[in-house]
Amino acid sequence: MRGRPSLRLEIKETMLRYTINRVLLMIPTLIGVAVLVFFFLRIVPGDIVEVKLRGDGGTVSQATIEMERKRLGLDRPLITQFGEWMVGMATLDLGKSMWTERPVMQEIAGRLELSLQVAIMATIIAVLIAIPLGTMAALYRDSWIDYLMRIITIGGLSIPSFWLGMLIMLGLLSAFNWLPPISYTPIYVDPVANLTQLIWPALAVGYRYCAVAARMIRSSLLEVLNEDYIRTARAKGVFEKLVITRHALRNALLPAITVIGLEFTFLIGGLVVTEQVFNLNGIGMLFVQSVSRNDFTLIQGMVMLIAAFYVFVNLAVDLLYAVFDPRIRYD
Amino acid sequence: MTTTRRNALKGVAGAFALGMGGIHWDTRQAGAQAPKKGGTLNFAISAEAPHYDPHASDTYATLHFAAPFYSTLLRFDLAKFPELEGDLAQSWTVAPDLLTYTFKLHPNVKFHDGTALTSADIKATYDRLRAPPQGVVSTRQATFADIGTIETPDPLTVIFKMKAVNASMAEHFASPWNVIYAAKDLASDPRAPLTKINGTGPFSFVEHVKGGHVAGKRNESYFKQGLPLLDGWKGIFTLQAAAMLNAVQGGQVMGEFRGISPAERDRLVSAMGDKIRIEESSWTLALLVCFNVEKKPFDDVRVRRALLLAIDRWGGSTGLSRISTLRSVGGVVRPGSPFATPEAELVKLPGFSKDIAASRAEAKKLLADAGQSNLKFTLWNRNLAMPYTPAGIFLVDQWRQIGVEVEHKQSDTAPYLATMNAGNHDVAVDFTNLFMDDTSLALSKFLSLSRSPENRSRSKDEELDKLYDDHIRERDPEKRKALIRAFEKRLYEQAYQQQLLWWHRIVPTHKTLMGWQMSPSHNLGAQLEGVWLNT
Repeated sequence: MRGRPSLRLEIKETMLRYTINRVLLMIPTLIGVAVLVFFFLRIVPGDIVEVKLRGDGGTVSQATIEMERKRLGLDRPLITQFGEWMVGMATLDLGKSMWTERPVMQEIAGRLELSLQVAIMATIIAVLIAIPLGTMAALYRDSWIDYLMRIITIGGLSIPSFWLGMLIMLGLLSAFNWLPPISYTPIYVDPVANLTQLIWPALAVGYRYCAVAARMIRSSLLEVLNEDYIRTARAKGVFEKLVITRHALRNALLPAITVIGLEFTFLIGGLVVTEQVFNLNGIGMLFVQSVSRNDFTLIQGMVMLIAAFYVFVNLAVDLLYAVFDPRIRYD
Repeated sequence: MTTTRRNALKGVAGAFALGMGGIHWDTRQAGAQAPKKGGTLNFAISAEAPHYDPHASDTYATLHFAAPFYSTLLRFDLAKFPELEGDLAQSWTVAPDLLTYTFKLHPNVKFHDGTALTSADIKATYDRLRAPPQGVVSTRQATFADIGTIETPDPLTVIFKMKAVNASMAEHFASPWNVIYAAKDLASDPRAPLTKINGTGPFSFVEHVKGGHVAGKRNESYFKQGLPLLDGWKGIFTLQAAAMLNAVQGGQVMGEFRGISPAERDRLVSAMGDKIRIEESSWTLALLVCFNVEKKPFDDVRVRRALLLAIDRWGGSTGLSRISTLRSVGGVVRPGSPFATPEAELVKLPGFSKDIAASRAEAKKLLADAGQSNLKFTLWNRNLAMPYTPAGIFLVDQWRQIGVEVEHKQSDTAPYLATMNAGNHDVAVDFTNLFMDDTSLALSKFLSLSRSPENRSRSKDEELDKLYDDHIRERDPEKRKALIRAFEKRLYEQAYQQQLLWWHRIVPTHKTLMGWQMSPSHNLGAQLEGVWLNT
């Protein structure tokens, strides 16, 4: 891969241009999401003020309802509300939650830290297990290793994470009469308490995640191993270990990277039930609560956050493609 | 001449002197041990408070969160329920005509911010409760309608002068919801208690981690000597029942003070053996079947009545009590409490007959007469597994047996209540959430909509309103009882709404947790001042 210096420079410039283009494309994508989420939320039936003031069974006059609506700025034209929200977003101010009246950023930040950590830990667990598992299954196709891998991965795909979480908790209780801490402690405050609490949900969701990735790696590697360039490498007498790691696995990982990226983003906001099982105060729970309360500003903020995660992770995945596959760099 | 509150109970206002023969909770806490000071109590709260203001709330989640930070004027003495005892009031007298209530406050009571409590704070709080400023919600505003004036002759005396006799007024002064706020806080922002806590209670506020927990620490300048016993407490929000049970079993929390189901109790007992204490009581909660009379065909009394007749409460009680917190068959007042309708009388009321075959035959006939033999509707219900879901499923099955097709729709608490309060439901599983057995609260839900926004049937019935007013002014217990019976009969004949079943409260606590007192209401006893850890 040692090309001429001018070629390497050209490749670098191409990659830079590609990255800048992709970053610029993120802006209209996020604006599109913002428009959709803002106006769709206003179409959905339900009124935050009714839910907030009357949802607790209280005696509330219509005048109080109107006053609250005015206080929250809901009496103004939609386009004005949208404009203000967009201006706020441009300065990273997502406004205040209509329910708690705390800044949306503050509401999200408290939960994002936990959700992000679970997602990262689950990803590490999944990648560390999936790559050797998928590779071994492909290399020893139709052997007992492959069958064992299939059993493990089918189990991972078919057992819901929240149910596995329940089994883990009950198992810990019955075997050790012990449960992990119930309150969240940030990792920088007490790493042991933090990891003792979050390793279990990370294992529960990491198992399914690992199953998806391992199966993808297996099927992709089987396909790659039949390619001409692998046969050529073997015919040239390249060590089998090098053939697998440098030529086959590197190419086989491309589809797995896409799956890992999508799964990672899903974990940020999609663990509602698992969070309940482990009593975690994460983004998923916050999302459900804000939807049931019609807390528009908070929903908007979280949708934008998750959309931004998707866009960034997609970008990272595409850049990783270029790292693993030289053809993409040359193109 | 004035008399003490206790004398008033025994004599003049005999309604208070009926006793609570129906309560049968099981208290197995060791009584002889000397309380120990110190330690932090962790307990589970199965819902998170929407805000910090009990005046504006009707959910226990707010009380279990906020009660330890606050005091009330009076409170229920849980050891002698339903007798009252002073909280901020050192003593109090009730005039024989029940038109004047005079409270002498404890001296040297301080808010957590260090300012002294005076009678002006009581007046400001009760003014906010009975006439909330614009933008402030007072959920039980109607219960203060009979207060005429509030006088504060000196910093430690408060006098409530009534416009009319209200035989239940003393109980309202003991309501756990009517916590006392600082006048200066209310003057600077009447909405302040929604987001800021400054009380005189046994614990001061430490933190509220949204979605996580609320914590309090000992109020070192608490006005009751030697209390509280704990150094602090942490209420951990456990929104999923399985997570809460695991936490109790695993010792992460020492208990859950609202209540669990029989199956959950059995699991804990089987897993924890003699380490867990289970206390049980009948509960001041009931589920109701509620028809929106503004919607067709539920504006027709024949349709409403037919649907109530189809429900086999007695059979349902046997089955549902095994799997849910629902248990007792009863009328408008909690079964077993002094004003409750005896079973012999209850079975004569529409919807309570034990001959379910005859009732269902009558129901079918009524539907046919109303031209609704193929009735279909949506049952609106709360998305809580216990006991709303089993109750909803039970009702769907009961109505199926008279040929009625029902779609069961469940939603989260806030939209569920908002939908009913806005009158957008056809038929709903509603609830009564009382903190006492006094009938002024139990019956007020069924008053005409203009008087009771909690009346989710949206009915207008002057006869019921009059019976209510007569009963609340009536000081003779027997006459009052007769008025309650007449009210109940009218309500069930018109079939606006009807009790499905009353709940049964089961509370699990670790045996090392001491001093917590069981009662028929999960809204009482949440101050935690006498709770201690025997570790």
